[in-house]
Amino acid sequence: MKQVTQLPRHMPANNSVAALMLLSSACVTVILGTWVLSSLMGMLRPSIIPPPWDIANAIYTLAVSGFAGHTLQTHIITSLGRFAAGFSLAAIIGIPLGLIMGWCAPARYVVTPFFEVFRFIAPLAWLPFAALWFGTGIGGPILIVFSGAFAPCVINTFHGTRLIDPVMIEASRTLGATSWRLMVDILIPGAFPSILAGLRVSAALAWQSLIGAELIAATSGVGYLIVQGQGSFETSIVLAGMISIGIVGVIIDALLRLASDRASRKWMAAEA
Amino acid sequence: MKDEKYDTGRASLIVGTAAVAIAIFFWILGSSLIRPVRFPSPEQVIAAAWQLATNGYAGGTLLIHTLYSMKLALMGFAVAVAAAIPLGIAMGVSRRFNAIVNPIVSFIRPIPPLAWIPIAIIWFGLGDGAKIFVIWFTAFVPTLVNTYTGVRTVDPTLIAAARVHGASGHKLIFEVIVPGAMPMIFVGLRISLQASWMALVAAELVGAFFGLGRVLMIAAQDIYPGMIVVAMACVAAAGALMTKGLIQFERLAMPWIRPIR
Repeated sequence: MKQVTQLPRHMPANNSVAALMLLSSACVTVILGTWVLSSLMGMLRPSIIPPPWDIANAIYTLAVSGFAGHTLQTHIITSLGRFAAGFSLAAIIGIPLGLIMGWCAPARYVVTPFFEVFRFIAPLAWLPFAALWFGTGIGGPILIVFSGAFAPCVINTFHGTRLIDPVMIEASRTLGATSWRLMVDILIPGAFPSILAGLRVSAALAWQSLIGAELIAATSGVGYLIVQGQGSFETSIVLAGMISIGIVGVIIDALLRLASDRASRKWMAAEA
Repeated sequence: MKDEKYDTGRASLIVGTAAVAIAIFFWILGSSLIRPVRFPSPEQVIAAAWQLATNGYAGGTLLIHTLYSMKLALMGFAVAVAAAIPLGIAMGVSRRFNAIVNPIVSFIRPIPPLAWIPIAIIWFGLGDGAKIFVIWFTAFVPTLVNTYTGVRTVDPTLIAAARVHGASGHKLIFEVIVPGAMPMIFVGLRISLQASWMALVAAELVGAFFGLGRVLMIAAQDIYPGMIVVAMACVAAAGALMTKGLIQFERLAMPWIRPIR
């Protein structure tokens, strides 16, 4: 959201930030107000769009007495556990694979055809095999999370290594760097920003794939919660679940961004 | 393969083919050792593919399912893009409009598109409406965000130069800003297209009457691994086909630029 362009002429330049904020909040107020008013007047059926207080109530009930077997917290923790396992697995396998592909041409030739096929398989298309091989408890969803997160990890790491000035690689080789030194001192630092960007893309895709997997084949987790809510036509539970999914996604992204900011600052400082 | 920065020399072709051949050999070897219920052998996959292509499975033949899925994905994608590009341009050009729309977008954005599936089913039932709705949400945000970013990152010098020469209003927008933002818009379109395909498969897995996701689901219920592999391959092939089509379109739309690598 950088403001790089100069504003076109038909906009007054004295459009202060405060006025814009006011406009934003006015817009939100109008939408919320219409929602509240039309639910109060009975124009919205609660089974289609429940009023805001119903959703708040649903969140409270979910947290206290639970739905679909567990409370909201337990569902979220179950989902987060699957997410963490699949995501770290993808990072642990994907980043080294991307580095090797960037550094060793034969490895690239071997991996490319498989990877090109794998990349186009939608993560959720793995679902039948995930259920068949690993069951619907924890193994199956982890495979789905892995298949969502894997491709961005590999692609971004690989592209990161390709962005490194080839002269640097040549120079370090000429000066007698071993493969290990080349990897640690040139490839990883050079590809680092790209790797971190890839991890954020991966996390978003992984979280989304996990929700999809839980919708279809799971017996716990937030995705299961909302699909159960749908099955019993509890619209407010579905919306409450969606909101918690959104919040957890934002938190994951914020944490990764924080980590990457920290790491890149440290990295830059170390290099300087 | 060509749209990536991969080497496309003869060496890569030979080594790649050899690797695939070895993998297929191990597949044949492995499938004779592992139980076929868990892992299908090549013959089973070919038989399943033949069955799907000729007699049909899960309510239709391969052609019907594939065309049905692709039609839905492309429809949702087209509707989303038709809304997202103008909106993104308007948001990029007018700060006031951005102030109005941005809160809504930033509220919707964090919710993963697939989480919309249950609510879409409540609102629209199991038919096509729910799927188009989900795909709309999936495809909308990436195109919108990229269009906005593209408009905001048009070289200010270009805009200033156009203004000095007297361009303003729609002329400035259509002849300077839109072409300048086009590469970013296409990045957004590509992300949107792949995401809408993924969302469609997910929505069809949850509930559908036709489509490749339905084939996958029925095959999973029947524990028919050969058919699962065939359906996965079809999902991948159709997705790849649509992406290649978009890349071709991108080349036609932006003849002055080489596609972004």
